[in-house]
Amino acid sequence: MGYRPTIGLEIHVELSTASKMFCGCPNHFGDPPNSNVCPVCLGMPGVLPTMNRQAYEYAVLMGLALNCRIATFTKWDRKGYYYPDLPKNYQISQYDLPLSSNGYIDLLVNGQTKRIGITRAHLEEDAGKNVHDLPGCTGVDLNRAGVPLLEIVSEPDMNSVPEVMAYARSMRQLVRYLNISQANMQQGHMRFEPNISLWVFDDAEPDGGHYTPIVEVKNLNSFRSLERTVAFEIDRQAGQWQADPDGYRMDKMSKQNRGWDDVREVTVYQRHKEEADEYRYFPEPDLLPVEIDDAWLGRIKAQLPELPIARYARFRKEFGLDEKLTTLLTSERGTADYFEAVVQAGASPHRAANLIQSQGLRLANERGTDVAGLGISAERLAGLCKLADEDKVSATTAAGIFQAMLESDDPPEKIAQDRNLMQVSDTSALEAIVAEVLSENGKAVADYKSGGKKAKKARSFILGQVMQRSKGQANPKVAGELIDRKVLGQT
Amino acid sequence: MELHCLSIHQLAAELAKGQVSSCQATEHLFERIERHDPVIHGYLELQQDAAIAQADRIDKRRNDGETLGPLAGVPLAIKDNICVSHGRTTCASKILGNFQSPYDAHVIEALNAADAVILGKTNLDEFAMGASTENSGFGLTRNPWNPETVPGGSSGGSAAVVAADLAYAALGSDTGGSIRQPAAFCSVVGLKPTYGRVSRYGLVAFGSSLDQIGPIAKTVPDAALLLAAIASHDRRDSTSAELEVGDYLAEIERPVKPLRIGVASEYFGPGLDKEIAQAVRRALDLYESLGAEIVELSMPLNKYALAVYYIVATAEASSNLARYDGVRYGYRDRDSKDHIDMYSASRAHGFGAEVKRRIMLGTYTLSAGYYDAYYLKALKVRTLIKQDFDKAFEQVDCIAGPVTPTPPFKLGEKIDDPLTLYLSDVYTVMANLTGLPAISIPCGFSSAGLPIGLQLTTKAFSEELLLRIARMFEQATDYHQRKPKLQS
Amino acid sequence: MPAKIDPDQVRRIARLARINLTQEELEQFSNQLSDILNYVDQLSELNTEGVEPTTGPLKISNVFRQDQAARSLSSEQALANAPCRHGDFFAVPKVLE
Repeated sequence: MGYRPTIGLEIHVELSTASKMFCGCPNHFGDPPNSNVCPVCLGMPGVLPTMNRQAYEYAVLMGLALNCRIATFTKWDRKGYYYPDLPKNYQISQYDLPLSSNGYIDLLVNGQTKRIGITRAHLEEDAGKNVHDLPGCTGVDLNRAGVPLLEIVSEPDMNSVPEVMAYARSMRQLVRYLNISQANMQQGHMRFEPNISLWVFDDAEPDGGHYTPIVEVKNLNSFRSLERTVAFEIDRQAGQWQADPDGYRMDKMSKQNRGWDDVREVTVYQRHKEEADEYRYFPEPDLLPVEIDDAWLGRIKAQLPELPIARYARFRKEFGLDEKLTTLLTSERGTADYFEAVVQAGASPHRAANLIQSQGLRLANERGTDVAGLGISAERLAGLCKLADEDKVSATTAAGIFQAMLESDDPPEKIAQDRNLMQVSDTSALEAIVAEVLSENGKAVADYKSGGKKAKKARSFILGQVMQRSKGQANPKVAGELIDRKVLGQT
Repeated sequence: MELHCLSIHQLAAELAKGQVSSCQATEHLFERIERHDPVIHGYLELQQDAAIAQADRIDKRRNDGETLGPLAGVPLAIKDNICVSHGRTTCASKILGNFQSPYDAHVIEALNAADAVILGKTNLDEFAMGASTENSGFGLTRNPWNPETVPGGSSGGSAAVVAADLAYAALGSDTGGSIRQPAAFCSVVGLKPTYGRVSRYGLVAFGSSLDQIGPIAKTVPDAALLLAAIASHDRRDSTSAELEVGDYLAEIERPVKPLRIGVASEYFGPGLDKEIAQAVRRALDLYESLGAEIVELSMPLNKYALAVYYIVATAEASSNLARYDGVRYGYRDRDSKDHIDMYSASRAHGFGAEVKRRIMLGTYTLSAGYYDAYYLKALKVRTLIKQDFDKAFEQVDCIAGPVTPTPPFKLGEKIDDPLTLYLSDVYTVMANLTGLPAISIPCGFSSAGLPIGLQLTTKAFSEELLLRIARMFEQATDYHQRKPKLQS
Repeated sequence: MPAKIDPDQVRRIARLARINLTQEELEQFSNQLSDILNYVDQLSELNTEGVEPTTGPLKISNVFRQDQAARSLSSEQALANAPCRHGDFFAVPKVLE
């Protein structure tokens, strides 16, 4: 007997519009409680919602990126449930006519492509926040109430923790590529709800088997908790099934809701509320339907950038970069754009990739920005790359110059000159230094000449002395050749 | 004629001539209100200081020779389900007993722009749910024509204060007849505009796909004037029409010719009071004598309209009224231990019986297993009813009929029998289901001296035509000039 | 459709609608709602096969707002009607997750 995890994921993504979904309040995180609110998002008597065009177009863009069918006609529905953070006690959402459906996303998992089906993606309004750590009461902050929220529902096509994580990370990468969400986990821009069950089968008859009861875990707001939840549930369900192979089956038990306990790192059973599924959906009478024609859809389509997976493949092919470096460079659209601009400006792809990876990403990370946000134009970085490509500066020096460029607007060449970092490749200037070093280190010269065990070490020592005396400016390749010639008489 | 008896047009003329000031007119009405409103109880809240200050401002601007708005200095009353940032907006519900709106409804902004004076807020059936104004959380309103009878509802307060000359006109709202039925019961003019003609922004929602704000006035031209002031496109209401507002007054005195008036035989069924049937027939005869052609129509689906209406209106209401939970505003039960209990107790104490009944009905028809049989079915029949009207308007310019099946009934007579009370809306709900404009104008009195109304309906966004047709009848009759004898 | 909504059903609906009802109200609503539903059941006489539902009187679509943010109420104004507040929060009895 064996089992295969079967996992679907629901993801909620807050869209980064300027204003909320149905009113003009700022869509902004971190402001004092109840300061980004108006009569509409407070659910005051008499108010009416109005649709945010940008939010709709963002949602359609995502639908296109997920290869979905975009509905030419959609409407809005009210989903009724009572909760303090839901001001109208109904949520404006899309029920039977989501704006996009039947799509897919391709993931790279361990070098393999895996296709995950997208059931639907629809737009709705976010709820506010209940704050539970106040003395004696729960506080309600409605700043987030009405923020546009994209709900993306996958097919249960994932079969392992790595696949779930690849899917979740790809979604974050995608919304960032599309520039429709900051997808900042700390600010709650992305929330996950996995549905997990196991397909239990007999190895002899892999087609005949059964599912364990589906477990849905709500409201996970970090990759870490998603990863641990899914891993925990797979183990837990496997244990349950082993303990009770005939009873722990989907056809004998109903779906279960569980919550993730972040402290104990376990999922805990949540009582299924009797009314949980009684949402009393009906068409929202305060809003009109949306009809999208080819021209409008075309305009949105034109905004689609090259998507991460396509860009990855192109970078590998076009620039001959390895997997790791390509993954890094294509992880964010800004990095990939920057890299391409540097190459466009004349840098060799490998040099540019290495400098961006070793210096750019590290420095950007330290400064809390992205590579393009460091303030070094692609042209200037290409200039630095060329200096290194032409052996005018060493790789180590280039790294130093990269840092110096953060503080100075000078061209990289000038920085190198001002700081005496240009390599000395001029043999006449080096010859004097080499002669000096050789005359002062007779033993090492002898060791080198002897060609014995110590020769290699002796040569390194001599070169080190030359480098030191040149204050590091000697081109080590040229200096080495000079030494060889002088000592061994080679040319 | 006495100052309070004037129409808006007459008052405006006097104000323009300087015969009377807005302050005088306003103060005069407050004196009358003080004398007569304790019996009628049309007002829930008076805004005397603000009204007189506004009247004073208008008088000064008039003296300074400034150009003033079309309702300059005219004292008006507002149904208390329309949000005004001054004073309270209660919807006659205990759950909103102390609610102060932080914003003005679109129509209030429009009245302010027209330089009107707001006297106060008028009584209604709680959340506009009712046909008698007996369902108010703050006491019932009496009919000025006979204080033992109801003024109709839900805009009973607005209709009563206009009929009693305690306001020159008023705003009401109409979800299933709530402007037209009290207008008929109080012998005033009540107009429900086409759905989308007047912004609903700031009208406390009852049935969102049915609600519309409209004028209650002493004459048809006054209703036209008020409609012109409040009708416009408003971006805050997605269902507000982006159509130009007609000049409702320009040709209001010009009779419509040729004029084909349709009458559905189904309107004169057994449920209709004999005296009302006679009054409506007489009105049709009068139109005929004015050159109209009367066309008999058959509209068999009309009998289903009420059922459709009560499903649609209560479903929408059950959702619209979910927000009254005691969290952000309104009444809160203080003894509850958790939030669910707090909601349920606050709503139990804050809502009256009729509101609870309708929320329950709407919740039921939207709940799993019943949606298709009730709600979806109703939406489909709504389509059929709409098609019926579309077809009728291929033959006629206007459909005429009664507003109510009976004259004003006695206080308390139907309060314990919701279904019978619902039947009061049998002639009015069609205009809400179809979105069509409809007007109620005085067309006679019963032998007991109680008012009778005539209902006219025209095509969507044809208020100009509707008002002209109504004005033809008004010019030829004097019912609108008769005044009730008030008790004080 | 059921000819009568019994008090148990009324109780279930009342819970969904978040309204506490007294025993008397339960029984009264059971009768009244049954009457009303019996009345509206006349709709089942009509054949509505293939008929599109009408959700509103208007036949328009695509009414959007530009994505422009503007501040509206201060938190003081937002909280002015609150029956209970804690600092700048609306306060409710403890919600147990």
